[in-house]
Amino acid sequence: MNELIIMVLSTIGSLFVLSTSVAMFRKRDVYLRINVTTKTATLGLGLLLASAAIFFQEYSVTTRVLATIIFIILTAPIGGHMLARAAYLNKTKKWEGMKIDDLAGQYDPKSKVLYSEKKNTSFEPPVDYDKNSPQT
Amino acid sequence: MTLVEYYQYVVIPILGISVILVFIRFLKGPSLADRVISLDMLILMAIGIVVIYSIIYDQSTFLDIAMLFALIAFLGTVAFAYYLEERRKRNE
Repeated sequence: MNELIIMVLSTIGSLFVLSTSVAMFRKRDVYLRINVTTKTATLGLGLLLASAAIFFQEYSVTTRVLATIIFIILTAPIGGHMLARAAYLNKTKKWEGMKIDDLAGQYDPKSKVLYSEKKNTSFEPPVDYDKNSPQT
Repeated sequence: MTLVEYYQYVVIPILGISVILVFIRFLKGPSLADRVISLDMLILMAIGIVVIYSIIYDQSTFLDIAMLFALIAFLGTVAFAYYLEERRKRNE
């Protein structure tokens, strides 16, 4: 019974990892690839690690596995976000089929401050907007 | 079919195919961010392979290496993202 649970968990986890890598291979754009990586890789790795926790059934192993899962779930989206932001500021080429780019014109090119939705509309950002922001 | 045979005939080949696909993207990647994210993905899949081998050889010590790989993946991605931004600033 235990073996069956381990088999099912690790199979689902490895299939998630396989789907992530197929998407990495076939998607057209950097941003789509980053999006796909940070979503499915965390779930697939979480299932694989959970199967290890069920296999060993010791407190020390379960603690380590839980710490690793929490660390991956916390940090993979942060890394993906930072990388996507750097790629966008670098003006990496977008996919031609992209219809809407919500970030277009929102970044200040010099100070890298992200304005809220006021810059694209008729409202001007306030004069001291840059001074209040922590990053200059 | 025992657990070890199942791992060696089904799960490890699935992970191997995914490693090959991501490595092709790592070699091809048109931009630098592509290579960084596929390197991150390679290290994350190495975590999965290490976990599978720790079950096959019945050694729970390997899971420490998995935690170490998670740390290295995060630090590497953040450092590469930081220097991507800084490189843009220097070019201006």
